[in-house]
Amino acid sequence: MRVVVQEAPFDFGAEAAGFAAGRTDMGAVVTFTGVVRDTGAGDLDRMEIEHYPGMTEKALETIAAEAVARWSLGDALVIHRFGRMAPGEQIMMVATAAPHRKDAFEAAEYLMDYLKSRAPFWKKEHGRDGTSWVAAKDEDEEALTRW
Amino acid sequence: MDVLYFAWVRERIGLAKERIDTEAATVKDLVAELVAREERYAAAFADTSALRVAVDQELTDFDAPLDGAREVAFFPPMTGG
Repeated sequence: MRVVVQEAPFDFGAEAAGFAAGRTDMGAVVTFTGVVRDTGAGDLDRMEIEHYPGMTEKALETIAAEAVARWSLGDALVIHRFGRMAPGEQIMMVATAAPHRKDAFEAAEYLMDYLKSRAPFWKKEHGRDGTSWVAAKDEDEEALTRW
Repeated sequence: MDVLYFAWVRERIGLAKERIDTEAATVKDLVAELVAREERYAAAFADTSALRVAVDQELTDFDAPLDGAREVAFFPPMTGG
């Protein structure tokens, strides 16, 4: 299990290739990558992500450990960036490895659901019309109830 | 104790961190103390249902006791992922 919080971009391909490499007992590897999205109108200049140093790492460790405890996982990885990024840049990724795909998929969804509303990150959009903090969505909070 | 503010709470108060000497028994009491200080705190804490709080980096609620707490942080609902 590995949790990384960093400002610098990461190499998704290298991380995915290295994750669970050499684990012959893992039949399934699931990866998810979050990307800075412009709405299509070209009105997003950049995304700025603020975090709570110290608490962020602890929260991610707790969420990842819970996933490993709940599903039959061989490994889990969470990488989340902070700072400024441009549309198209990768914000974060999760990866899960399990003997069977159901565990790998479910654990990855669990990680994503908890990351969205329990990890102390806040997104601010800088665009043509000024800046605005991204509001949390009710459905993100509701998503936690399924677990 | 250290009191930290993040995202729009930080912007509204104009500070990321401050040290506060307080006898507040709970988070709610601490908020009441801050709100009584200055308008910028009142603006930030106008609707605590729109806020989250962490005591010593653990997410908790506004009734949480502050006995022995070293760090309290206030922020809007998180938007990770």
